[in-house]
Amino acid sequence: MGRITLDKVRKAFGEVEVIPPLDLTIEDGEFVVFVGPSGCGKSTLLRLIAGLEDVSGGQIRIDGQDATMVPPAKRGLAMVFQSYALYPHMSVRKNIAFPLRMAKLDPAEQNRRVEAAAEVLNLTDYLDRRPGQLSGGQRQRVAIGRAIVREPAAFLFDEPLSNLDAALRVGMRLEISELHKRLKTTMIYVTHDQVEAMTMADKIVVLRAGHIEQVGSPLELYREPRNTFVAGFIGSPKMNLLEGAEAEKRGATTVGIRPEHITPSATEGQWKGRVGVAEHLGSDTFFHVHVDGWPEPITVRAGGEVDMNHGDTIYLTPDEERMHRFDAQGLRIA
Amino acid sequence: MATQHSRTAARIMMTPAVFLLLVWMLVPLSMTLWFSFRRFLPLRGGDQGFVWFENYTRFISSSSFWPAVQTTLVIVGGVLLVSIVFGILLALLLDQPMWGQGVVRILVIAPFFVMPTVSALVWKNMFMDPTNGLFAHLWRAFGADPVVWLSDVPTFSIIMIVSWQWLPFATLILLTAIQSLDSEQLEAAEMDGAGPLARFGFITLPHLSRAITIVILIQTIFLLSIFAEIFVTTGGAFGTRTLTYLIYQRVLESQNVGLGSAGGVYAIILANIVALFLMRIVGKNLDR
Repeated sequence: MGRITLDKVRKAFGEVEVIPPLDLTIEDGEFVVFVGPSGCGKSTLLRLIAGLEDVSGGQIRIDGQDATMVPPAKRGLAMVFQSYALYPHMSVRKNIAFPLRMAKLDPAEQNRRVEAAAEVLNLTDYLDRRPGQLSGGQRQRVAIGRAIVREPAAFLFDEPLSNLDAALRVGMRLEISELHKRLKTTMIYVTHDQVEAMTMADKIVVLRAGHIEQVGSPLELYREPRNTFVAGFIGSPKMNLLEGAEAEKRGATTVGIRPEHITPSATEGQWKGRVGVAEHLGSDTFFHVHVDGWPEPITVRAGGEVDMNHGDTIYLTPDEERMHRFDAQGLRIA
Repeated sequence: MATQHSRTAARIMMTPAVFLLLVWMLVPLSMTLWFSFRRFLPLRGGDQGFVWFENYTRFISSSSFWPAVQTTLVIVGGVLLVSIVFGILLALLLDQPMWGQGVVRILVIAPFFVMPTVSALVWKNMFMDPTNGLFAHLWRAFGADPVVWLSDVPTFSIIMIVSWQWLPFATLILLTAIQSLDSEQLEAAEMDGAGPLARFGFITLPHLSRAITIVILIQTIFLLSIFAEIFVTTGGAFGTRTLTYLIYQRVLESQNVGLGSAGGVYAIILANIVALFLMRIVGKNLDR
């Protein structure tokens, strides 16, 4: 079981309030991703849950039990750190067995659990190596192994993939998702990468300056961002946010339209512009279009085979149904 | 990286330094070897020709040789033990955030800057003097009989004095090592259920092993040749005669240059044996 409830949790470093009182419930077995720009307090929030930082106010409950003052080791949570934090002088086997050894488990049982974890993570051949002799992805797996053997109530991941190269990151992302499907244990995952958030999460928590901007499933956040911040943060490439005449015409202060909800055409359309940069990805093409009188270029997604280049004239038609409208405070108008 | 030309230039530029170093080392070494084979008594007939290995056999068969070797090893080992144990404790303490950290760190390093002769005199007269020393006052304050440090526990006293001088060095090196420890490792261990002692034993101490090794190596080299501390305190009496001190006595007090030089060659051999042992133990540590 791993149901975690934050009740008016607050954190201040001296005078600076990093996290204003915040409420959040994480259901058992959920994969929750905390996402936000750097410095938004997402890592601090994770460390508060882990117990590595003391809360300045409020209550943390794990499975209904008050855990606010419980030391980290007693909370039954396991954490995977950004730097992996493996013990460099111990073999992989000893690294993974360390939490069991600290718990004074029977050596035979320790061995059994380590072997099982190594099996799951494809580490069996590396058990007698040291972390220094492993690649980044393997080290990451050792760190996960060290978390798995404890059979924790919940896993905490603190930007675990940010030290890996792009190809490996995609692979590890899948492995962690698969692990979650198999173990069905609560996982809390911190990242600044919205792609990781969208692909892995059951529930995304978007944070800005310690505030929760929106909580919801990836598609909820994509379809109905609650404000302009979430609208701009979720989705890749970013949603186009337009102000001025176009917004007023639709009765809003700001309107947003995603690149994939604009139809480009060479001959006719609502807006006329000029192609700035064309990014050909093969499967898709992203055009950065300069529309006369607009301060920012607007991003448009087209099919992979659309052949238009820098300087060409392009006509754009937005899908009015999928236009997002926001008021003067940046909040969504239903 | 370097071209043939720049390599040649580099060699030419280095030549004076290499030459100076060679002369600096080789001349005294070969003079020591030369004298060790001769009967040379400056006040009793001067240089009287080759006696070959007679000096060597006389030096080693003297009743003071083995006790001197033993004393040397006891003092070196004692100082190493004290400076590493207390060095780690002090380093852990200094690593904690505290008010006036900068000043405290400088104060801790201070003993290292005091000349050995001065520090030994300060210890001898200010602390260990049986009538006026601070320790004597302290003992009397508790109604105890003052310890006559330098004659009752002379080896221990010298270990104390030398440790005081070398503790800052050990502390400094160990402190930088502690500061380089990744704090996430400690946090990971904390989450894994390791208490403060287990964290120290399983994470911090292994992390320090390399720094400890370096401290042992460097200190041993310097400690094998301590002299001033013995000269100004006990003068080699009460079983505090180290090998270095024995050589000094042979050359200057008995005025026997040949015998002393033979002792010097033994000291070189002893230092090399110790160094070999250390390199074996330490080399394993440094390779990782």
